[in-house]
Amino acid sequence: MSSALTRRARTAGFHLVAGGLSVLWLLPIALVLLTSVRTFDDIAANGLGAVPRSATLAGFGQAWTDGGEARAMLNSLIVSVPTVLLSLALASAAAFALSRYRIPLRRAIILLMLAGNLLPPQILLVPVFKLTELMGFYDTLPADIVVQLGFGLGFYTFVLQGFMRSIPEEIQQAAVIDGASPTQIFVRIILPLARPALAALSALAFTWTFNDLLWAITVLRTESVMPVTPALLGLQGQFVSNWNVVAAGSVIAAIPTVAVFLRFQRHFISGLALGAVK
Amino acid sequence: MLLVFVLVPLAVEAFWVFWPALQGFYLALTDWDGVSAPRWVGLGNFAELFGDPIFRTSVLNTAIWLVLFGGVSAAGGLGLALLLLRERRGVGFYRAALFTPVVFSLVATALMWQVIYQPDGLANRLLGALGLTGWQHAWLANSSTALYAVLLPALWRQLGYVMVLYLAGLNGIDPVLYEAATLDGANRVQQFRNVTWPQLRSVNAVVLSVIVIDSLRSFDVVWAMTKGGPYHSSELLSTYMYATAFQSLRLGYASALAVVIFVLAFGVIVTYLVRAFREEAS
Repeated sequence: MSSALTRRARTAGFHLVAGGLSVLWLLPIALVLLTSVRTFDDIAANGLGAVPRSATLAGFGQAWTDGGEARAMLNSLIVSVPTVLLSLALASAAAFALSRYRIPLRRAIILLMLAGNLLPPQILLVPVFKLTELMGFYDTLPADIVVQLGFGLGFYTFVLQGFMRSIPEEIQQAAVIDGASPTQIFVRIILPLARPALAALSALAFTWTFNDLLWAITVLRTESVMPVTPALLGLQGQFVSNWNVVAAGSVIAAIPTVAVFLRFQRHFISGLALGAVK
Repeated sequence: MLLVFVLVPLAVEAFWVFWPALQGFYLALTDWDGVSAPRWVGLGNFAELFGDPIFRTSVLNTAIWLVLFGGVSAAGGLGLALLLLRERRGVGFYRAALFTPVVFSLVATALMWQVIYQPDGLANRLLGALGLTGWQHAWLANSSTALYAVLLPALWRQLGYVMVLYLAGLNGIDPVLYEAATLDGANRVQQFRNVTWPQLRSVNAVVLSVIVIDSLRSFDVVWAMTKGGPYHSSELLSTYMYATAFQSLRLGYASALAVVIFVLAFGVIVTYLVRAFREEAS
């Protein structure tokens, strides 16, 4: 009897602690959602921390049109989608060759590529900025794409080759006997089998690219080409103390990554954990 | 054909990462405004760093960041993972709640917390409601609170991430080990010390690398909230480097700052690569 009681007390304690933490964690999100639907007058009259006395979607409209978030969102997609596709295409090709064949220096190449991704970006900022200027595409979206493509490749290649190495040798041998070329083996056999890893990395890569600030403000300058994340800073400057608009703007900016996370939750988590368990 | 598979990606990375990195090291030895040709100054920039009070502040702040951001997210992340490890009712919701901030960009995170930190925002209002009006601050505009006010949102976002890493690690521990420990009469603390902790060695190594690398890279959240101010009180090496390069246009001096960041990260990078190398070999 008493042991059942302790167990019940323990369960209650667990929910109290975990529930409390969850509420604490969700509080800032709830607050921003509440602020985003208030009117400017309500905030000005009653204060930011006050209980809302108004409900309107005007802040969202202002952030979307006057604040330029519509265009920024388009810029973000123009950058993120090609970056993810190109990164994974190039990384999986490299990973395929490095994991399934005896390429000379293969281990050195893998580690070199990974090392590039571990570098602090700061060491690259000034040269990359100059390089895009020299090549005549500073302040354009392609610059943001290639820079993030180059920097991410090492990590994606490393993770993918680790995954591809675990695919049994026999599957490939059968195809070789049937006379399949490396390209055919890559496209028809290895890529389909690597789908779980590709899905996990796509979700991760999209989030990283979409959330990037540093590369964007290094190779872009004009407000009209800024993706959503750096554009939020402009929005903040433009709507100083219009906290309903700023809050609405950050909610809009968070929607795409939250959507990807909710849709690919399992892949997303396993992607984050890929490096951790080995 | 196979060589093309490797060489094209390698060339892209070489052109956009390795080549610029080498240039970065060279530029650290020059004085450059980005317009005229770089002027060779040898170790002059590094000598200047020694006498630069802002550099000293940003090194100190980066160290504080490393200890607090790193320490709290590692210990807290492990604690949360242990709390939410067992599958039971509600645990999925709790995990999701703690993990949600991870998907927000640091800029969006920063703006959310700015709402809380405003003089008439929630933080001060809560303190007021508790009768602690003396504790109320203009959190981001005050030199003595700015750094910590920026650190909190960064932690809010990092804890869920570290929790996921530890959850994966904890789930990878063979249950047989715990059964054996229970048979031997080990209590919970003993089980943690003698089974869990040793088994987490490789995850700990990953978490440590992630934390150090993330700390040194931390830029977005500071840039979005304070730009390193007021009076450089929340300046990190990363924000000082960026401001020196793209606002003061002292590209050579900024490159020297970047080299300092690289040197600080170097140990961790090498350790990480050695680990990766061993895994490759096995």
